[in-house]
Amino acid sequence: MNSLKVIFDLDTWQEIFGSIAKNKTRTVITVIGVLWGIFIYITLSGAAKGLDNGFEREFEDMAMNSMFVWPKRTSVPYAGFKVGRYPRFTISNVKELKLQIPEIQYIAPRNARGVFGGSQPASVVYKEISRTYNIYGDFPEYTKIATKKIYKGGRFINEEDQRNNRKVCVIGERTQEELFEKDENPLGKYIRINNVYFQVIGVHKYLEGGGFETDGDIFIPFNTFRNLYNTGLEVDWFIIAAYADADVVAVEKNVKDVLKKIHKVAPEDDRAFGSFNLGEVFNRISGFANGMTFLSLVVGLATIFAGVIGIGNILLISVKERTKELGVRRALGATPGEVRTQILLESVFLTFIAGVVGIILGAAVLAIINLVTQDLSDFPYTNPTVPIPFVLGALFTMVILGTLIGLIPAQRAVSIKPIDALREQ
Amino acid sequence: MTTKKIINVINIKNLQKSYKIGNSLLHVLKGIDLDIKEGELVAIMGSSGSGKSTLLNILGMLDLADKGKYLLDDVLIEGLTETTAANYRNQFLGFVFQSFNLINYKNALENVALPLYYQGFGRKIRQAKALEYLEKVGLKDWATHLPSELSGGQKQRVAIARAMASQPKVLLADEPTGALDSKTSNEVMSLIQQINNEGKTILVVTHELDIAHMCKRIVTLKDGVIVEDQNVDQVIVGNHV
Repeated sequence: MNSLKVIFDLDTWQEIFGSIAKNKTRTVITVIGVLWGIFIYITLSGAAKGLDNGFEREFEDMAMNSMFVWPKRTSVPYAGFKVGRYPRFTISNVKELKLQIPEIQYIAPRNARGVFGGSQPASVVYKEISRTYNIYGDFPEYTKIATKKIYKGGRFINEEDQRNNRKVCVIGERTQEELFEKDENPLGKYIRINNVYFQVIGVHKYLEGGGFETDGDIFIPFNTFRNLYNTGLEVDWFIIAAYADADVVAVEKNVKDVLKKIHKVAPEDDRAFGSFNLGEVFNRISGFANGMTFLSLVVGLATIFAGVIGIGNILLISVKERTKELGVRRALGATPGEVRTQILLESVFLTFIAGVVGIILGAAVLAIINLVTQDLSDFPYTNPTVPIPFVLGALFTMVILGTLIGLIPAQRAVSIKPIDALREQ
Repeated sequence: MTTKKIINVINIKNLQKSYKIGNSLLHVLKGIDLDIKEGELVAIMGSSGSGKSTLLNILGMLDLADKGKYLLDDVLIEGLTETTAANYRNQFLGFVFQSFNLINYKNALENVALPLYYQGFGRKIRQAKALEYLEKVGLKDWATHLPSELSGGQKQRVAIARAMASQPKVLLADEPTGALDSKTSNEVMSLIQQINNEGKTILVVTHELDIAHMCKRIVTLKDGVIVEDQNVDQVIVGNHV
């Protein structure tokens, strides 16, 4: 028989609709099994994607493959030095690191006051108002690694500022609020930092999740900072960004090895330098998100599979129930092929309908979750989606499984001899 | 192909059938010879276990004989695949069962239209034909009723309409009145006589003598062989339909 012709024949579908519509309970129960499967799959994988997107949003203001390195105390005596020495990073380390580790894209040395270990924050005065804020000495490279959103009209520190030891500063939005009048434009105004006048060149927008930085931070050029605090060549810590394709863990280790060599720290001394590898953390989190996606795929497919088996099961029972009907059909001239096609198409049709309804429900739930979590900025969940190919793939898988599982009841239906079917009372 | 003048719609020779029950063999049909001409109304009689149902099943291609020859409308029925058997059934035979065997979720019209579906007719033609046959059995007004809403006699009339709808060569009725009271039995037999008078060949399996006498010929089976085959004076049932 020409099976394609049968599929596109309206009468075939009328027979199938008839049998499905007249067995409502069976149909509904059957459909729920598969519907649940695809619903779980869509919801789970959408949620996983949302979580993934959410994490990505959390880290959007920082280069994914960046790390912080800072000096601590040595714990191993080495090259004539005693234990407990405080190695100091210097500005010349930058050149050395870049030379020896080609994977490094940017290095931003930083100095700060008010952030760590009891150093005094800067005292800032504007007109009659006097406040203290954390102050950072920065290279322009800093914005290559960490995004600093500067409010309209302003800018971050640039090479010129650096070269000319300009007394310019970028202030935080809280600083602006506290020092300036509401409608006063701080750009171009002079504020006094530790009794030195600085011109405000920008106001940075505070972004959450950026570690220890706050909305009151003041950034000034590294060289200016050096003059202001007389820090010489010293650097408090480095922020290092590796190229996108580099292995951040290896880069971190190389950086430390190079620094150990420069500062005469024992190669085995793991406590001399501290570091925080954002890339590694990010990899771990995105690994978690990937794991979630994979889990949702496995759970979803398993549930779909269970649902499809349920369809096969119920169709098998229904074939048993319909033994007589199928026998009558055979006696009236239905060929085994026609009976098989009917049962098979019932299975496929039920699976398909269940799949489509499940996808719609899953999408609805995702939309609701998205709506509810939209305003929660501390909850890493953004734009939960399932790629269309995945949805179609799941639907396709289901129809294939529905066909395969439908073969069992279909074969059972065909194996019923009309005479036995009719004899059964 | 034969060159006989008078067409035998059914022509069987030395038909044998046995069933395996456990380890023993139950010989149900022990060589049946039977010719049925076009337009006959034949009753096949016999007590239960005489082999009459088995004979009907073989005639209906629902079962296969072990031995012997079976010609239906000059076509040798032998070694059929399920698919060809289905097509022959559809083309040559109409079935009427004791328990009606209507499909319970289809209404009267859809039930009658079902063999036409398997004959490949389009929906409109099916419905028109089905309605025509429902009218013939006097149930046109009941077309949209489900079997559960019909009386036993009405159900059997729908079943007869269904059997007739595919315009078969032979109508095979297996105890058509077995589940009916005598009044509705007479109604159904009257309908069968009426159809026969229009030229249709009909076989009725029954164990009731009065039903058998409403036919034109009675073939009596006993223990798997034909013990009697005679033409009788048909008792005409008044038309109640």
